[in-house]
Amino acid sequence: MSAIETEAARGGAHAVAIASSIGRFLVIAITTYLGLLAVTFFIGRVIPIDPVLAVLGDRAPAAVVERTRREMGLDLPLVQQFYIYLKDALSGNFGNSVLTTNPVMTDIRRAFPATIELATLGTLIGSVLGVPLGVLAAVRRGSLIDQIVRIIGLVGYSVPIFWLGLLALVLFYAKLQWVAFPGRLDVVFAYTFAPITGFYLLDSALQGQWDVFRDAFRHIILPASLLGYFSLAYISRMTRSFMLNELAQEYIVAARAKGLSETRVIWGHALRNAAVPMVTVIALSYAGLLEGSVLTETVFSWPGIGLYITNSLQNADMNAVLGGTIIIGSVFIGINLLSDLLYRLLDPRTKAE
Amino acid sequence: MNMIFGKILRETVCGAALVALAALGTPAFAVTPADTLVEGLAIDDIISMDPAEAFEFSTAEVTGNSYDLLVRLDLSDTSKVKGDLAESWTVSDDGLTYNFKLKPGLKFASGNPITAADVAYSFERVIKLDKSPAFIIGQLGINGDNVADKAKAVDQQTFQLIVDKAYAPSFVLNCLSASVGSVVDSKLVKEHVAAVTPSADYKYDNDFGNAWLKTGYAGSGVYKLREWRANEAVDMERNDNYFGEKAKLARVIYRHMKESSAQRLALEAGDIDVARNLEPNDLDAISKNADLKTTSAPKGTVYYISLNQKNPNLAKPEVRQAFKYLIDYDAMASTILKGIGEIHQTFLPKGDLGELDENPFKLDVAKAKELLAKAGLPDGFSVTMDVRSGQPTTGMAESIQQTLGQAGIKLEIIPGDGKQTLTKYRARNHDIYIGNWGQDYFDPNSNAQTFASNPDNSDAGKIKTLSWRNSWDIPELTKKTEAALLERNADKRAQMYQELEKAVLDTGPFVIIHQQLEVAGLRGNLKDFKLGPSFDTNFVGPVSKQ
Repeated sequence: MSAIETEAARGGAHAVAIASSIGRFLVIAITTYLGLLAVTFFIGRVIPIDPVLAVLGDRAPAAVVERTRREMGLDLPLVQQFYIYLKDALSGNFGNSVLTTNPVMTDIRRAFPATIELATLGTLIGSVLGVPLGVLAAVRRGSLIDQIVRIIGLVGYSVPIFWLGLLALVLFYAKLQWVAFPGRLDVVFAYTFAPITGFYLLDSALQGQWDVFRDAFRHIILPASLLGYFSLAYISRMTRSFMLNELAQEYIVAARAKGLSETRVIWGHALRNAAVPMVTVIALSYAGLLEGSVLTETVFSWPGIGLYITNSLQNADMNAVLGGTIIIGSVFIGINLLSDLLYRLLDPRTKAE
Repeated sequence: MNMIFGKILRETVCGAALVALAALGTPAFAVTPADTLVEGLAIDDIISMDPAEAFEFSTAEVTGNSYDLLVRLDLSDTSKVKGDLAESWTVSDDGLTYNFKLKPGLKFASGNPITAADVAYSFERVIKLDKSPAFIIGQLGINGDNVADKAKAVDQQTFQLIVDKAYAPSFVLNCLSASVGSVVDSKLVKEHVAAVTPSADYKYDNDFGNAWLKTGYAGSGVYKLREWRANEAVDMERNDNYFGEKAKLARVIYRHMKESSAQRLALEAGDIDVARNLEPNDLDAISKNADLKTTSAPKGTVYYISLNQKNPNLAKPEVRQAFKYLIDYDAMASTILKGIGEIHQTFLPKGDLGELDENPFKLDVAKAKELLAKAGLPDGFSVTMDVRSGQPTTGMAESIQQTLGQAGIKLEIIPGDGKQTLTKYRARNHDIYIGNWGQDYFDPNSNAQTFASNPDNSDAGKIKTLSWRNSWDIPELTKKTEAALLERNADKRAQMYQELEKAVLDTGPFVIIHQQLEVAGLRGNLKDFKLGPSFDTNFVGPVSKQ
């Protein structure tokens, strides 16, 4: 990715640079997809789990097992199986999930919004708090606030999220009752509320169902805060080091010499320049959360994509695993592309001469 | 491996978190709606809601509450059945023809009348779809070519079933009481059939509504299924067309929750009314809570370890016997199985016709050593055991590892995900397997067939019973199991099963340890919540709230 950035930065006209980088991304995307397909297929065939078991359970008679094996094409030569798999995947047909019986795309359309909603809120919390904290830590280097930010960062890096999640549940749910039980909505609402986009906060607000909105908020706030905390830990550390780098530059000395207020120097000049690499940091951390934070989703029974893929993998439900992997791959590649474009917009040096 | 590690960590941490919770005291309190029963239940085993296809524990419970059968298990004496949709039935003198007369004025939840044609259609689709549970009906000699003659409507109210041998009537009726015998609304299902291209494996041009019924509903039970969302929830509503006593509550919701500690948290906070997958420590805490109560019932599932006879050491009769003396049954009963299992060493669970209530084996290391010496293995040997992660199997395996060690047998535990260990077991690649077996239908033949018969022990054997999986070649017992099926005198039949149980107990490669007790933690305001003797008899119709 950085190779492409520098390559594009050196390139001539702005538009051409963008077009060529999109072209490169397409090439990278396609090779990545093919790689993904091959790897998923390979994993699906070497794991020591019989996929027929996932479909039938343990108690099916032998004859039914044999027939199902044929129906699933598992008796064909491996090469032929891979060919069929490739053909289906490329035509966008991921088949049906064994576990849920739904088409994989239907499942993903339901699970993904749950993950996006959680990841977006988490990243928002993380950046809104993380950037200012990082800036403060850099400006008051060595001070108490710097130490605090460092500790927050260290804890965020070293404490497993499910542990913190469980502790938070015990405190905020079981003891204080500030937040709701794991899940996205209370059972009371689960059957009266018809989501439109799958983002419950947005949907309930659009429909004016404020009691549902409140309930959805009570459900999402704890897991989102946890994810927010973990991205805060990362974002604040990165902000701090980018800011330290900028503050040591000569233009800062020049700005100060011109008599600009310290506030302008820090927030107007230094942060403006540090913001460029920050975009990539935040985008990557967002993309990471979009992959579905399996552990958080497990602890909070959040029906997102991470939980979906993990469940599927454990049950050798390869259709679902493939579909989920491709979607996540696309998202990752898409966000990379997006942050690269944003980078160009923010960094004047990449604009056309 | 990583996942398993994660799971173990998660479980440990859940426990730690709960200790923290206990220290913090009892939380404030939420309530579920007054007309709704909310149960926390692991429902990730469900793969289809079609009674012709479903064969999982959670589905059995939903089907049992939302569909009706011709005959149902008599809960006051589970070795008998009573009429459900059938008002009465007759068996011909040659033992081949069964006529069932339906109760008058029955209706499906849709409002369509229930007729003998619906029953015949239900049997036809079970047989022709030929999914996992179809053999329960198919073993009566019914197949796709003859089902139209063998299972048919004689008139509007009379359904006739013709079986191929003079089976014990108790066997035939018990088979019909399994949830695969659920009667579906043929008019409704026929509106949703999908066309299929016939093939060598499937000769019919339509799917008998299977694709639709996977998530759909066409029954007549006390509750009707509103929705199943995989790994999230099952939602049932009262069926006002039900012929019997109507459900007390308007709605029942099964919420998917996998972990015992999470269920306990939710039960204590009042977010669920019933917690269904509790482990001993959580169960214990709940039983001490004044706002909560517990209930339990023995289920037709036995836990066992089995010794693969392909392993030359395990194939020695003295070694098989020695293993039975190397299990600390009492210690397990008072710790890891406390409240969730009862020591039970014979293959027929309590409540079955012919159940032999004998537990002759106790931990006796000296005796076991003697047997090992006789087998020419005085210093023991090394052997592996495949263990699915999770409780109670992991705890049992650790206990067994320790007691085997006392006799010099070095046991290596190979942990794995449930489906992973099963794959290995089914391919006969294990040394020792620890697992459970739930009977397929409430009749002694179900377990006798798997524990005491093995028609073809070759690798190509078509009938892969548990005896086959452990390569235990037993032509004599196989014949005896077949004979018991045709014994029409119930007392004599019971006697034959007792002999089979005795034989497996003495010489079999199965060390049966306990019978599962299903437990539930309940909110104090629930009334008439009872667990049944099988997974399809956990009826929620009578449950109410105070």
